[in-house]
Amino acid sequence: MLTLEELTTDYGPIRAVDRVTLEVPEGTVTAVLGANGAGKTSLLRTVCGLVRPTSGHVRMEGEDITRWAVEEIVRFGIAHVPEGRGVITELTVQENLRLGGLWRGRDAMPIREVYELFPRLEERASQPASRLSGGERQMLSIGRALMGRPRALLLDEPSLGLAPVLVAQIMSMVRRLADTLGLAVLLVEQNARSALSIANRGVVLSLGRVVAERDPQQLVADDRLLHAYLGF
Amino acid sequence: MTKFIDLTLNGISTGAIYAAVALALVLIWRSTRIVNFAQGAMLMITTFIASAVINSSGSYVLGFVVALASGLVLGAIVERVAVRPVENAPPLNAVIMTLGLYTLLVAVAGMIWGNTPRSFPAAFSLRGYRVGATNLLFTPNDTFTVLVVIAVAVALAVLFRGTSLGLRMRAAAFAPEVARLLGVRVGRMLTVGWALAAACGAMAGVLVAPSVFLGPNSFDPILIIGFVAAVLGGLDSPPGAVIGGVVLGLALSYVSGYEGSALVPLAALVILVIVLMIRPTGLFSATKERRV
Repeated sequence: MLTLEELTTDYGPIRAVDRVTLEVPEGTVTAVLGANGAGKTSLLRTVCGLVRPTSGHVRMEGEDITRWAVEEIVRFGIAHVPEGRGVITELTVQENLRLGGLWRGRDAMPIREVYELFPRLEERASQPASRLSGGERQMLSIGRALMGRPRALLLDEPSLGLAPVLVAQIMSMVRRLADTLGLAVLLVEQNARSALSIANRGVVLSLGRVVAERDPQQLVADDRLLHAYLGF
Repeated sequence: MTKFIDLTLNGISTGAIYAAVALALVLIWRSTRIVNFAQGAMLMITTFIASAVINSSGSYVLGFVVALASGLVLGAIVERVAVRPVENAPPLNAVIMTLGLYTLLVAVAGMIWGNTPRSFPAAFSLRGYRVGATNLLFTPNDTFTVLVVIAVAVALAVLFRGTSLGLRMRAAAFAPEVARLLGVRVGRMLTVGWALAAACGAMAGVLVAPSVFLGPNSFDPILIIGFVAAVLGGLDSPPGAVIGGVVLGLALSYVSGYEGSALVPLAALVILVIVLMIRPTGLFSATKERRV
């Protein structure tokens, strides 16, 4: 579904993403792990068009979308939930959600379905998003991305700043979304264990390069690798 | 007492015009974080166009509509051609660009229409309403002005709060990057924002032209007061701009009536300084940071 081929991104003289090749099939979760500065966020920002790659390709269902504008990539079915969640605090919860589905017009996901997934959001529908807690913001951000019925979902550190109970909840939700909606999920995380617990595939990134790509169970068991690249 | 009523009424009608100018500035500030110093020159151009249409067709309504339409077009062109290149540049670039645009438009208007101010027709009678034995300092044309500005303010509120275009525009203004990630074509929203703002300014130009006459520099004082009104209202709040405009209209009307009209510009600047000292974010602003 979503394929990265030799994707490379430079910030001036600094190589943030270095020849990354990945494949995220339909209905699966690929966890991208790495320490701070490993290039995880840059990788996602390159895929969704916020940053231009130096070389390489991003393909979605065979279509080369590498140099498309961000909004066109989104409209092609790739939703990006940015780090720090990116809820628009000046708008209400409901307005944030509606915004996510506007470009889809009538084919947008009914807001009801998002409320069924995240009942907390319905209780707070008419409040400004600035009043939400961290966990609620994460739910809003994911729910908003779903409004446009994407086929691929890019999640940037959804566990950031959340209590362990919430992290587990969010992770199992991501797993369920991949299973029920057939989403191709590219999940970037520092919280390796919780990400690997739901992933089909684990990728370790260091200095922008893929240093390991394995089954999640094998990665979790490989203490030496995790210690070397993730610091525990 | 009659004098107070007169000054109050007069303040409301001039305040409505300041509100329209302030709205134009606020719409642009919200969407592109640019203070449009060329606003006065842009509405001067559209008012000249309206004047030409009214003179040749004899229809005020047609002139008014053409002014609004040409405002929409001019705003969109300015955004596409002049603003787009400075959008991601340092804020000072945009300031210089709008000042340059101001100079350019004033010069062009002078070349085409001459520098001598000319009269501009009013929509309705300029004779004050008669109550008992006295004429109020409020005319049918003032009623028209106030109603038009109220209608536009309500229409903008409905647009921003009640339509999906408005939701997209607000998202693009508050968080451009997130808006793009949600499939909003932000560039297009900015163009629409500038077009709406310029149309709003064009409306203010046609409404105020009968009392200031029409020349390349006629609207500069209105723009300055409109700017003060916008800052008073917080620079990014449309309701704030309307309230700021009316409050300022009233305040300046009292100053002019009780202390003399020569003090009006001074009073406007004193109010600006006081507001910036006491509440630098304006009276209705939601945000805290401010530049330029």
